[in-house]
Amino acid sequence: MSKLRFKIILLVILLTSVLAWVIFTQGPLAPVKVTTEKIQTGNLVVEVFGIGLVEARHSYDISPVMTGRIKSLLVDQGDRVRKGQVVAILDPIDLDEKLASSRLIAERSASSIKIAEAELVQAESQSRTISSTYKRYVELHSKGFVSQEMLDAKLNEKTAALAALDVANASLASAKRDQLKAQSDAAGMKSLRNQTRLLSPINGIVTETMLEQGVTVVPGQAVLQVIAPTDLWIKTRIDQKQAGMIKAGQKAIIVLSSHPQTSISGTVERVDLISDSVTEERIVNVSFADPEINSSLGEYAEVTIKLPVQENARSIPTAAVKRINQQDGVWVLQNSRARFVPVKIGIESLDGRTQILDGLRDGDEVIVYSQQAIKEDLKLKIVPKIVGN
Amino acid sequence: MINLASRDIFHSWGKFIFTGVGLGLLIGVTLTMAGVYRGMVDDAKVMIDNAGTDIWVVQQDTLGPYAEPSSIHDDVVRDILGQDGVMEAGNVAYLTMQIQQDGKDVRIMLVGIEQGKPGEPAFLVAGRPITHSHYEALADIKTGLTIGERFQIRRHQYTVVGLTRRMVSSSGDPMVFVPLKDAQEVQFLKDNDALLNDRARTTVNPAFNRPGVPGLLDSVLANQITSHMVNAVLVRIKNGYDAEAVAKQIRRWKHLQAYTKDQMEEILVAKLIATASKQIFMFLVILAIVSAAIVAFIIYTMTLNKIREIAVLKLVGAGNQTISSMILQQALGLGLIGFVVGKTAATIWAPLFPKYVLLIPGDAILGFILVMLMCSLASIFAIRAALQVDPATAIGG
Repeated sequence: MSKLRFKIILLVILLTSVLAWVIFTQGPLAPVKVTTEKIQTGNLVVEVFGIGLVEARHSYDISPVMTGRIKSLLVDQGDRVRKGQVVAILDPIDLDEKLASSRLIAERSASSIKIAEAELVQAESQSRTISSTYKRYVELHSKGFVSQEMLDAKLNEKTAALAALDVANASLASAKRDQLKAQSDAAGMKSLRNQTRLLSPINGIVTETMLEQGVTVVPGQAVLQVIAPTDLWIKTRIDQKQAGMIKAGQKAIIVLSSHPQTSISGTVERVDLISDSVTEERIVNVSFADPEINSSLGEYAEVTIKLPVQENARSIPTAAVKRINQQDGVWVLQNSRARFVPVKIGIESLDGRTQILDGLRDGDEVIVYSQQAIKEDLKLKIVPKIVGN
Repeated sequence: MINLASRDIFHSWGKFIFTGVGLGLLIGVTLTMAGVYRGMVDDAKVMIDNAGTDIWVVQQDTLGPYAEPSSIHDDVVRDILGQDGVMEAGNVAYLTMQIQQDGKDVRIMLVGIEQGKPGEPAFLVAGRPITHSHYEALADIKTGLTIGERFQIRRHQYTVVGLTRRMVSSSGDPMVFVPLKDAQEVQFLKDNDALLNDRARTTVNPAFNRPGVPGLLDSVLANQITSHMVNAVLVRIKNGYDAEAVAKQIRRWKHLQAYTKDQMEEILVAKLIATASKQIFMFLVILAIVSAAIVAFIIYTMTLNKIREIAVLKLVGAGNQTISSMILQQALGLGLIGFVVGKTAATIWAPLFPKYVLLIPGDAILGFILVMLMCSLASIFAIRAALQVDPATAIGG
């Protein structure tokens, strides 16, 4: 009899304990599993991450200053060019004829000068002759040999001869200026003719030929692009929130999308003064440490910029930092209940640690991971980790 | 006083236990079905809670961002921040898509979030939050992704840096969080073939490629691939402000639609998943009825099997009360074993379901009461049958 009762009690206890175990450890009434960590002191490596495109620091779009048809394209993409080398020639159309015409005009103006000079000689000789004649008439008139009328006529002749001399002088000056103008015109026409030849402004490499032979271009339209191949950098876009501590000269690690396994070292060359207001990003130009880099322009690159190491920084995992009502804080475990403690945070490292400036003591058990969002009245259970990773 | 019920149970305990376990598994299925229904509703609610926001601002005249597509400019968030009562606001982009994980397709909801703004997951179970501005992801553990794993979305490889839990869309797809700019790119950037095709189309279009206007074509092409749209702006309001009042302001002056938490719950629970959840609920009701019927039949037939023993009892002079209590106790015992087995089974197999199964204590208590009620009810019929037994059958049979 007692054996039976014993069995019944045993069965009931077994059932109840199974049910209790199920309810309190597996179901919704189970305590929330959390992991905790204490604050750590050590060096905090701070980095900033951004993506960018490989660009040439200086890239030259070679374009004509006048409208014209491309007669010949002398280089192709990838060709190396010297400074001053002719890379394309525009069809001069009538420019050669115009140049010849202006040269002829210059030559003609030289002849005009000769004519004017001869005329001047003639006028000078005439005025000299008439001047001496007039002088003689003045003597004769004073002695009463010629009438006043004849003397006046000679004076008139003299005045006319002097005026003719002035005219001849002016004609010569005008002819000389005409010649200068014609020469300038010819020189200008020559310069214009020279503009039909497009020259490379640098020692570099042709990266793109935008147009082909026979196409008509307008002034300012790029025909070719030339860059200096050793002068590449990465135009990196850094989130404004993280860009505050970046300065020129800082070291960077570059990973090109064409070489995802290789890290290339680089340097911050320039931090642009103007931010992109739409994307809220700052442009940081990062140059390669080794100029001979096998990369293509426009290639994607991931850039990690190293900021100065924070020594003896007190830090906790970033996952522990929560923001409630615009207040940064952490959940601290006290008597197996969670309490929200406001903290002042410093920098965040890319590997997920946040510097704590104020608000936490060294021994505080900070809740890092949790199975659900922490609230003050939750029952908690500390476990080493929540998911087995 | 001899306890007849326990004597009888121990007389054929194997049969009794196995019947109880069978019954328990049936109850377990019913409880699981209830869990499936609750889980479905909870998926919708948990998404609202996890967004950690008071107001959803979406495109005018839409039920976005979950129930309908919505698209607004990503600088709208600055207008919203200027509204009275708004504490924080953040852009979010949502996109349901498939990713490859271990060679299998996993359906996910991609969420683009801004660091430190509303929309971020409130807690992690492993790893760290997103710290890089691009190509990092937080994944729900239901995706099967692990920390450090890389997966492809469109053109880029993303690295999983943190894991979350119970971050699902209203249809139960696990969420993957990526930086907003990446999500915008994923959402609006076309594949390479489409891009090349579009580029070629634009290039041959004389309107965009006029000979006298250098640079026009480049501008048009650049314009085609940039997008600054998001699906919603999540808004947290300051303490002491009424969410509906702030939402009203936004609706009135910003020409956008704004939903408060209650309204969003109405959209999701009452509209988006209404039919699906009703379907499950109907099935749950039928399953409960069938289970109840089966429990009743089992107890009834169990008693009828013992009709000869009962007749013997009567013959030796056992009272009606003794016999009734024996049957009732056995029925209740069976119900108890069934419930415990069912509850245990349901709790153990619930996490194995691909979608969330929510077992709430209220359902369990209700289930327990119902099981006990059904057992009592069934035993009444059994008792009636037993009491009508002619003691003579004990000898005659």
